[in-house]
Amino acid sequence: MSRGAGAAIAGIGQTEFSKNSGRSELQLAAESACAALQDAGIDPADVDGMITFTLDSSDEIGLARCLGVRDLAYATRIPGGGAASVATVAQAMAVVEAGLAEIVLIWRAMNERSAYRFGQPIVPPGGGLVNVAGAGTGSLLWCMPFGAQTPASWEALASQHYMATFGVTNRDLAHVSVAQRRHAASNPAAWFYKRPITLEDHQQSRWIVEPVLRLLDCCQESDGGVALVVTSLERARDLRQPPVRILAAAQSIPAEVEVISNYYHADLTAMPEAMGTARRIYERSGLTPADMQVAMLYDAFTPQVLRQLEGFGFCGRGEAKDFVRDGNIELGGRLPVNTNGGLIGEAYIHGMNNITEAVRQVRGTAVNQVPKVEHVLVSCAMAGAILGRA
Amino acid sequence: MSDTPIRPDPVYTADAAFFWEAADRSELSCERCTDCARLRHPPRPMCPWCRSTAREAVRLSGRGRVLSWIVPRHPAPIGFAESPVVVLVALEEGIRLVSNLEGVDPERIAIGLPVEVAFAPTRGGHAVPVFRPAGSAR
Repeated sequence: MSRGAGAAIAGIGQTEFSKNSGRSELQLAAESACAALQDAGIDPADVDGMITFTLDSSDEIGLARCLGVRDLAYATRIPGGGAASVATVAQAMAVVEAGLAEIVLIWRAMNERSAYRFGQPIVPPGGGLVNVAGAGTGSLLWCMPFGAQTPASWEALASQHYMATFGVTNRDLAHVSVAQRRHAASNPAAWFYKRPITLEDHQQSRWIVEPVLRLLDCCQESDGGVALVVTSLERARDLRQPPVRILAAAQSIPAEVEVISNYYHADLTAMPEAMGTARRIYERSGLTPADMQVAMLYDAFTPQVLRQLEGFGFCGRGEAKDFVRDGNIELGGRLPVNTNGGLIGEAYIHGMNNITEAVRQVRGTAVNQVPKVEHVLVSCAMAGAILGRA
Repeated sequence: MSDTPIRPDPVYTADAAFFWEAADRSELSCERCTDCARLRHPPRPMCPWCRSTAREAVRLSGRGRVLSWIVPRHPAPIGFAESPVVVLVALEEGIRLVSNLEGVDPERIAIGLPVEVAFAPTRGGHAVPVFRPAGSAR
């Protein structure tokens, strides 16, 4: 167990998830932050730590000035874009346990559909998000003159080798989308509420990147904000909600690994960043894959779900296609995955809405509640956490 | 098809200018550490094995094998009349390169396909390395 007295997630909050929020990203950040603090029963003025990750446009001090934060003691921003989403939890835990701050606000807010679109081609000059230090994607400069200009194409080039090696077809990926859209269909907060799909719908959706990704293999572009509040386990016990303990949280960025332009590490059939994160969180928590009742896995694109299932040891290498085909990731299955619908079915808030769902599953308040949840694994591959009851 | 190239120009950075300048001369090059002689790509100003900043450009054979391939369909890639085949090539010298595979039906592409370098013009008058199946006529 961790060296400090322990940290817990005490509050969660979000705005509605839409395609056109009609207000600024800073306002979405402030609204979701207030919702999380109200959930926890904490006065926003008492926030003393703030954490987000690169590509969020909201300024830390600007947000603090919205919330009326009395005296900010610690603020930081983690590199890696969505690959840093769960790293915010690790960072907040470390900050709280080190005594640098006591009430840490984590947020991510974006008008990613109405104001700009990650899914559209990025080409020189300019290079958009590619040239931003902290994105971890400098090697995308080596992709653009060759027509790989979107996140879908970068991801597909990384996953095609894995799929060809293990005989994974696009039809195999459909099981991920179908399961998650089924989960979203019963989640009123999901954009795809009451809109499930069939395997044939998936197979008839148009190619985005042959032979890897069809439209229904891709996450949404969304507008919305999500926030979390992390504090000490001791303080969380006195707050409004039952504490959700951070049993372990870690990052792993192994040598030769990059964010999305991930073409240079030795074995492209493996996901070394997930394997490194898994090793750390299992070791630190003393838990194993068999101890997890739910997994929330970063699902910008369906192949990433298969590769994380293998990287975190829920099945053997090359076996994820069979694992998903056999219904294991559905509600009622051995390991329900992305029970809110995930980034594909609920919304793409850069991974953060998968963390809030993990919290709800531990609290027992999810709309698609899994029975008897003790531990939930939440992952963005380059970082992960195991959440559990206090 | 028009004779005027529409392919995007490469992005020049201080640490990688040598690669694109070589491509303009129809040469495929790579960075080599002057001290420990290891090759590295993408270029960077320090050798990750021996931390030397001494480096030189070396010419590569241009021969390799396909490690991964895709055809981006939607949105249509900017700067291409038709969707290109994008490949990750494992060069025989041991480095990897993202590029295009030309002159082959996607149905015939498989991991391990032997390829060799060619050069394609860009709209700004530069050139980038692309690949063709090994032994195919130019």
